[in-house]
Amino acid sequence: MLAHETTLYENQFPVEGGNFDKAGQVSSQIKAILKRMNLSNEIIRRVALVSYESEINIVSYARKGYIHIQVKPDYVLIEAIDEGDGIPDLELAMQQGWSTASQRIREMGFGAGMGLCNIKNFSDFFRISSDVGKGTQLKMVIKIDKVFDGI
Amino acid sequence: MDLATIVTALDLKVCCGADKLNRKVTGGFTGDLLSDVMAHSGEGDLWITRQIHQNIIAVASLKDHAGIVLVQGSEPARDTLEKAVTEGIPILVSDRPGFETAGMIYDILKVRGG
Repeated sequence: MLAHETTLYENQFPVEGGNFDKAGQVSSQIKAILKRMNLSNEIIRRVALVSYESEINIVSYARKGYIHIQVKPDYVLIEAIDEGDGIPDLELAMQQGWSTASQRIREMGFGAGMGLCNIKNFSDFFRISSDVGKGTQLKMVIKIDKVFDGI
Repeated sequence: MDLATIVTALDLKVCCGADKLNRKVTGGFTGDLLSDVMAHSGEGDLWITRQIHQNIIAVASLKDHAGIVLVQGSEPARDTLEKAVTEGIPILVSDRPGFETAGMIYDILKVRGG
């Protein structure tokens, strides 16, 4: 195996749909792990945001899901896979401000239609796919060696 | 600028984190949309908000905020307070509206320096 393919850390965290009491816990765990790995604050900040928004999406819209994280010397890979209704129109879902969130979710300050845009803006690579009636899959990569020029 | 100075200047109520008032405040952010706060606030910010539910603690903790100021005399929900104690996030309450609270904190940070 080549040196750059070495996996420094890998884990999968289950996320419970609908449970706002626990929302954010997985992202806090991931942040703590990356801190212990001595990654830069900038990388940790971006991974935490991407993970948090993905986690909130699972809690808000899916029955259940998980966040998979893999840390390589050159990048951090984050995948958020859920079982839920899925997204019929991905182009619409990616529009800033568009949301199907319930009133209850909006009252808490979620569901402003910013989450997916945030994820895209803070990732070096972002892919979303969805199967209606089955669930949604997000894949994000944050490069460790790159100087970030996004938000 | 430490938290204690801002607490005194605005006569803020300290709901929790009284032992953390020496924490340095480097800036501020006002917002009630959590995604907005996640994207645009920074480490060391004092977060001014109307939200009182427990999810604000995860946001403040992930963003390494200096603390949270609840405006308009809003009291934190009980589970919010519990989480804040666990995560070590100071929660302060201002009796003033958000605009006034933010303005005063902005002034203090600008005039006396971050």
